[in-house]
Amino acid sequence: MPLGDTAVVVRVGDSLGKVLATARKLEAARLPGVVEIAPAFASVALFLETPQPFDDFAHTIRAALRRRLPAAKLDRPSRLLEVPVCYEPECGPDLATVVQHCRLSPNEIMRCHCRPEYRVRCVGFSPGFPYLSKLPRALATPRRASPRTEVPAGSVGIGGAQTGIYPLPSPGGWNIIGRTPLRLFDASREPAALLQTGDRVRFFAIDRAEFKRWEK
Amino acid sequence: MGKVTILRAGPLMTVQDLGRAHHRHEGIAGGGALDLHAARVANLLVGNAEACALLEITLGPTRLRFGDERVIASCGVDNGVSLGKPLRVQTGEELELRAPPIGCRSWLAISGGIVVPLVLGSRATDLRGRFGGCAGRALRDGDELPLGRATTQLAFAGRSASWSAPNEWAQTASPHPILRIVRGSEWETFADEARSAFLKSAYLVSKQADRMGARLAGAGLARKKETELISEAVVPGTIQVSNNRQPILLLGDCQTIGGYPRIAHVITVDLPLAAQLRPNDHVQFEAVTVEEARALYWAREADLERFRVGLQLRSS
Repeated sequence: MPLGDTAVVVRVGDSLGKVLATARKLEAARLPGVVEIAPAFASVALFLETPQPFDDFAHTIRAALRRRLPAAKLDRPSRLLEVPVCYEPECGPDLATVVQHCRLSPNEIMRCHCRPEYRVRCVGFSPGFPYLSKLPRALATPRRASPRTEVPAGSVGIGGAQTGIYPLPSPGGWNIIGRTPLRLFDASREPAALLQTGDRVRFFAIDRAEFKRWEK
Repeated sequence: MGKVTILRAGPLMTVQDLGRAHHRHEGIAGGGALDLHAARVANLLVGNAEACALLEITLGPTRLRFGDERVIASCGVDNGVSLGKPLRVQTGEELELRAPPIGCRSWLAISGGIVVPLVLGSRATDLRGRFGGCAGRALRDGDELPLGRATTQLAFAGRSASWSAPNEWAQTASPHPILRIVRGSEWETFADEARSAFLKSAYLVSKQADRMGARLAGAGLARKKETELISEAVVPGTIQVSNNRQPILLLGDCQTIGGYPRIAHVITVDLPLAAQLRPNDHVQFEAVTVEEARALYWAREADLERFRVGLQLRSS
């Protein structure tokens, strides 16, 4: 469906596999006039250089999606990133909120948060912000009623049934339970975002002293 | 190398160009001048490539000093200087730009362009990402920006050129802005009364207005059924409706995805008008089809091409 006069959204359903396959097919097709392609949670957006007749363009997209791609191109192996997180109270100002809501101790929260292998479902909203799926249900906590005006870079938060990491100092409404010393976003780096859609992520706990060492 | 010194930056002055493509999948906004057309026209007027970096000036007043002789041109609002007309400035000259009577932003191109380093393929300032432009931040009093070497010599004697950009490109602010829109993905999900109210009533631009977007206030926009949406792409011009049923008009530095319903999108050729909205303005919306939006776009491009050719004939 059209998104204004110079972009189009292809809805594929709420499945990471389908989103990635669609994005890769569309990239491989090198459609003329397409400036960039960006996956979201259940859709892929195409941004056009200039407005094109929508029906013709929709037809081109459908044709590109029908084409078969070699499996090697479609199923790029996903990377696994191990992300250190300090779960001390000074790094996680909302730990107490999550303790209360989930009826778990800080230690249990830390262990529970470090257990799963998460998937980056989408990078977006702000530069380099990864939305991670597979948060254990026991940790799901509603967003803060009023967002914090500034959350430090690297803050690890829980927003509803998702977890994520704030790459840059910014306002934020998620419950902050820890902080990573890794630089999730660095504009002088290519790619600038450390985590890309489809990456796998596992957290491991570090203490204050280790956090300081990592920062160097 | 030449330079321009920002003596008085005003409320918000940034270095911008035509923005950044290819990084939306990393959550990076397209950004760039909020009126890309004005940026292209201002650059053409001073003999620059359209993608050269220039100054985006918000309100004012502002003051600049030029380190050497340059040609400048400004498009957007009437700031008392060279509205859409190339103007020669001398070495050491100070230029004062007053606050405009209506409208919000102007784009000032300088021959040779501003040559701050390229970051992720663009010189545009990304305020939220804190990169690009001048150290990723708004310009401050005393900042100095390096200028490139002018590539094209425009042939005109005296202080100002005899030609200028068409007035509707040079001065885009309107006391009664009407933005043309196409239907958004969630248009059908809004109640009939909401859809007609959206197109019939005026909306007030609130104080919460910046390069990311402007919150508007007016007739409430209820949906037939309040359902949670899965976040999808949003673009400059997208009008989303937040939980308090009030619209938010997104601009060039907007987030890449959003979870609010999108009632409409301002068409590309009317984004210049959207960039001129300031708090307390009243704005109205008028629906057009995607086909009409496209035809309007290509008509403007054809005019721009004629303008480009006309300028080429004047350069030596």
